[in-house]
Amino acid sequence: MAIRERLSGNEAVAIAMRQINPDVMAAFPITPSTEIPQYFSTFCANGQVDTEFVPVESEHSAMSACVGSEAAGARTLTATSSCGLALMWEELYIAASCRLPIALACVNRALSGPININCDHSDSMGARDAGWIQIYSENNQEAYDNFVQAYRIAEHKDVRLPIMICQDGFITSHAVENISLLEDNEVRDFVGDYNPDEYLLNESHSMAVGPYDIPSYYMEHKKQQAVAMENAKQVILDVAAEFEKLSGRKYGLFETYKLEDAECALVIINSAAGTAKDAVDKLRAEGKKVGLLKIRVFRPFPAEEIAEALKNVKVIAVMDRCEGFSSQGGPLGAEVKSALYTAGSTAKVVDYIYGIGGRDVKVENIEEVYGALFDILATGNVGETYRYLSLRD
Amino acid sequence: MSNVLEIRWHGRGGQGAKTASLLLADVAFNTGKYVQGFPEYGPERMGAPITAYNRISEIPIRVHSNIYDPEYVVVVDETLLEAVDVTKGLKKEGAIVINSAKTPDEIRPMLKGYEGRVYTIDARKISVAALGKYFPNSPMLAAIVKVTGIMDDESFLAEMEGSYKHKFASKPEVIEGNMKALRMSLQEVK
Repeated sequence: MAIRERLSGNEAVAIAMRQINPDVMAAFPITPSTEIPQYFSTFCANGQVDTEFVPVESEHSAMSACVGSEAAGARTLTATSSCGLALMWEELYIAASCRLPIALACVNRALSGPININCDHSDSMGARDAGWIQIYSENNQEAYDNFVQAYRIAEHKDVRLPIMICQDGFITSHAVENISLLEDNEVRDFVGDYNPDEYLLNESHSMAVGPYDIPSYYMEHKKQQAVAMENAKQVILDVAAEFEKLSGRKYGLFETYKLEDAECALVIINSAAGTAKDAVDKLRAEGKKVGLLKIRVFRPFPAEEIAEALKNVKVIAVMDRCEGFSSQGGPLGAEVKSALYTAGSTAKVVDYIYGIGGRDVKVENIEEVYGALFDILATGNVGETYRYLSLRD
Repeated sequence: MSNVLEIRWHGRGGQGAKTASLLLADVAFNTGKYVQGFPEYGPERMGAPITAYNRISEIPIRVHSNIYDPEYVVVVDETLLEAVDVTKGLKKEGAIVINSAKTPDEIRPMLKGYEGRVYTIDARKISVAALGKYFPNSPMLAAIVKVTGIMDDESFLAEMEGSYKHKFASKPEVIEGNMKALRMSLQEVK
């Protein structure tokens, strides 16, 4: 039976971890994800989980310990943010190329510098090419639900890749909101046991993990990784369908909101999508045909599906909570434009850098973006395609 | 959205404004509402001005911005009236609740022409009388519950007793003092 609760995003993820009862957690604290290992180590101390908690001396060591324990055959997780994720960079690639289904709770925070503890997506977007599955969450409920689904995706035999579940630092990680939790046994049954085919502690079948790869095999191994990532798309949908039966909550590769007949639409990630939905409702009440597409799965990137969902939209703003310094816009903008171009779209597209370093995103700010899109629709003139939202003079 | 009650808290780091906002979220949650309780984070330290927020609604809350046009403002530290524009955006149909030994009429001239209702409560006096120490957040929580009418006094006290028993499980000796502070505050807010 569903449990009505009120929890912060960090508490929600820590509870999902407790319900999963993994074998190992290795973590080093960093704001704003610190509470996740903090809550979880309390669960360990209280005997509520059987997990071995490894308090390491840095994030480099945290991910190294995760790689070691997952390779040994243990279901493993960690949590981090910002520079902590950056310090894991080398091991992120190793985890992915060794095909280790580690789960990581990423609480999105700006990368230094200037040093800043608040939300943006520069940390996980920086890690987008590391070979991890990336799933994003609008609120505490989605962070919880996504984490419950994480291992079913990552450990699937057609996938075997590490997975990162992201939510916005402070905005959702530290906001207490209503949430519906599953019972412990429901989560345990849904996630199931971890029985890897190959693992280091298997005495009857010795193996090497992470050896040097020569040019005559490296490309083939990378291709296998790429195929696994492509496979993840269907697995994510299958797991979501099963999760819907359990929870009643529906998930896809992305969510569309009032997009069917929209002339102008936003593509957006995480908490600001909720704020943008209020803006959509306000403008719809004025008779304006607006909608939005909220990315849930960024890796693998559902390019064809996104292009299909946006096919009738005339003007699109892609919202990047991350600077890419390409002088063209942010990473989401590049991916969405690539998807639209490949699909032969003639939609006009602008890219907004917004909300970086914790700049607050109000309903009115989003209305302003839709206003700019309607200007483009009326004049046919796109103007500057690389814009900053709410930039002070 | 207009059917969401929005409350902004002004305090100083260490006074418990964040905790009070989370307790208010708890109280409203227990009446069956949808809630948000969240602080504005930055490089805070003890004594620096901080802001925390509540949204309370009959329907799910999707917006995740700070609050700029609240119905209610709670000021946990009177000295903030000089440092922070506490009535900024505050709706005149709403109200402001200030921790002060002064009367509302004495405080009003410091509120930059705010036309709405003004309430004061001497949280220091109540806290010292009830707890023997200065923790303004319980009195301020009771005051805002009284002023907003989110729930009646008896249900509120019953909810808080349960909440304190959970929160102070390791130091039950402070529960009675906090309950006393709440009861006094419900009577004394003016």
